[in-house]
Amino acid sequence: MAIAAFIAKRLIQGVFTVWFIATATFFAMHNVPGDPLLNERAMTDAIRANVEAKYGLDKPLGTQYAIYLSNLARGDFGISFTQENRQVNDIIREHFPVSAILGVLAVLFAAVGGILWGALTALYRNRIPDYLIMFFVILGISVPSFVIAALGQLAIVNMNGALGITLFPVAGWGTLAHMLVPSMVLGLGTMAYLTRLMRSSMLEIVSSDYVRTAKAKGMPPARIFAKHQLRNAILPVITVLGPAIAAITTGGFVVELVFAIPGLGRYFVQAVQQLDYTVIMGTTVFYGAFLVFMVIFVDVLYGLIDPRVRVG
Amino acid sequence: MSSGHIYNFSPLKRSEISQSQSRPSLSYWQDAWIRLKANTRALISLYLIIGLLIFTVFGPLIWSVDPAAQDLDQISRPPGQDRRALIVPEYSPWIDSWLELEAGSGQGLRLIGEPTTQSIRLGWDPINTVSGYRVYRNIYPIGIERAYGIPRAEFFDSQIVSFEDRLDLKEGTYYFTLVPMDSTGQLTDSTETLEVKVRRVTTVREARQKGLIGSTENLEVGDSVDLAFHPLGTDYLGRDMLARLMAGARVSLFIGIGAPLFFVTFGILFGATAGFLGGKTDQIMMRFADFIVALPFLLFMILFKIAFGIGPGESGIGPMLVALVVLMWPATARLVRGQILQIREQGYISASQLLGAKTPYLILRHMLPNTLGVVLVTLTFAVPSAIFTEAFLSFIGMGVAPPTPSWGSMSNEGIKTMLTTPHELIFPAVFISVTVLAFNLLGDGLRDALDARMRNQD
Repeated sequence: MAIAAFIAKRLIQGVFTVWFIATATFFAMHNVPGDPLLNERAMTDAIRANVEAKYGLDKPLGTQYAIYLSNLARGDFGISFTQENRQVNDIIREHFPVSAILGVLAVLFAAVGGILWGALTALYRNRIPDYLIMFFVILGISVPSFVIAALGQLAIVNMNGALGITLFPVAGWGTLAHMLVPSMVLGLGTMAYLTRLMRSSMLEIVSSDYVRTAKAKGMPPARIFAKHQLRNAILPVITVLGPAIAAITTGGFVVELVFAIPGLGRYFVQAVQQLDYTVIMGTTVFYGAFLVFMVIFVDVLYGLIDPRVRVG
Repeated sequence: MSSGHIYNFSPLKRSEISQSQSRPSLSYWQDAWIRLKANTRALISLYLIIGLLIFTVFGPLIWSVDPAAQDLDQISRPPGQDRRALIVPEYSPWIDSWLELEAGSGQGLRLIGEPTTQSIRLGWDPINTVSGYRVYRNIYPIGIERAYGIPRAEFFDSQIVSFEDRLDLKEGTYYFTLVPMDSTGQLTDSTETLEVKVRRVTTVREARQKGLIGSTENLEVGDSVDLAFHPLGTDYLGRDMLARLMAGARVSLFIGIGAPLFFVTFGILFGATAGFLGGKTDQIMMRFADFIVALPFLLFMILFKIAFGIGPGESGIGPMLVALVVLMWPATARLVRGQILQIREQGYISASQLLGAKTPYLILRHMLPNTLGVVLVTLTFAVPSAIFTEAFLSFIGMGVAPPTPSWGSMSNEGIKTMLTTPHELIFPAVFISVTVLAFNLLGDGLRDALDARMRNQD
């Protein structure tokens, strides 16, 4: 079956990409100047040898690489260098769900908003609502995410000050009120991008043959809009959902940092700043695998919806 | 009719055969320029970008303030603030305090002398029932949550009734709170708070040291002097914002324009080779490009940064440039390959081959010039994404190393003091946004002007 072969081909490519990411991460970390054991206090040669033996650091690079790969294959990412007794797996298990909730909310917000606003701009083409929305879209594309995050935080502070009650907390995590503003901030750039895409795809369809035919047959405009334009215009939006998820995942690094959300993104950035090698390696491979398979998932989804893709 | 008519086969005069052109013939680029000129948004963006480049290249020549120099008198100053400082005598220790304290006794917590950035002298009435006092200082009014601020002094003697604060005083308002301690050393609630408006002062010696006045100029106590001028204010280390924005523009625009130039060039070469050679080579080359595309971009940027970390004294611009080029070329390569594949089938290529054109001539004369329009559009759109990437990486501390300023690292520093001095975030953020906006709009305009197929539906 064509679709099964398509999925299998993409999956094999995905596994290969993830392997490359893991290998690149391993050798990149080995290339880092310095020695992770240097910071330890007065370490005798015997202790040092023990530690090196424990972590396999005395073995040749090839053997270390093999150990690393076999650990990875068993899903073992190792132990943190800076946080005592903390497994990288635990860190991922504990903090990834937070990032995932934030990301899912942001993707939902971006997709629904993008489709809605894009359809509106096409409907009101070259009239005031179109200009107004496109003005904000261009702003959304041009303003960096950390500025949007800072402005969002500033807006919360001012609003809470004006109302005298804490409607939305400025930072932190826990309730839906915590999640709302950060996920909106996170999704805003993607939403702007999707709005633009949706608009051009809607406008392309307006001048298509089947819409003209539907009009000629006397179909009510509202029905044409909903049945023919909207449904077909959403297709290209789905193709960019893969990159959009990637953008939102990496955008999460900044938003989690600014809003003090205990997600994996913030841990990743912290690990990078503190040079916590195992955490960097583990989260990079995890994020890499997540992103690669997300893109594949969206591709397969698109292949199921639009059979033309599978051929290519 | 037949006889006598003489056919005239003599040539016509040259002027009689000349064709008249209804309009001058335009080259592709002339035509594109006319269309771009008609697009107001794109034209304004183009002028903005030219302005930015002038700001970046010639700005530091006109405003030649060292972006690393610290002005400790003016830290985190928003632009357009009063910068006059009163000349006062040199600081002398507070010795005759008893007399001054006597004079104002019975008024509670009070100021003694004028509060200046040189010193703030406080006095209060002794409370015999307590074991001592603590003096707190805050830059905000004491609210219902009774936030006194930072503790400045602690006295374990109820008879000590004066305190002189000289720690890092800035012009503005301070709220001093006197908290008596009971016999167990616990803070009591019978506090007194005093609002102190501090005046900025300097001495003749300091002003001369900082070059605010010439060595021949004579100033008396009571005169005033202008502190150094910072048109856009200063940052949290007292560095001139305008100078830093200019220096940051050099870094951000160098990465933002330099990296796209490099990777677009590489992409053209790669894509053109693959497209022209075709067949197996093309397949392998494009597989490789697809593979690079599949890599998570920002993760690899961060990895690259860690692996080829920057040594002391380096700015980290080089590694970032290399990483951007290595990861971003495939999009251009794909595009150029597609173009080349199309152009290869065109009639004019066959015609040129028929006339004896060799491969290099075909590529240089026909193929590359015909892809240039598309490439220029890609280049324009690549600039904002490179600037965004630089800003993002610098923001999470993985970009350009301090003290080298870039707009991203300036935003990163500015966000920490966003609530008190928003100008430190706003200026770099506006520069990033305006630059990205201008390149995006110019890209839209170029796409409409250069490429009929990609033209917008507007």
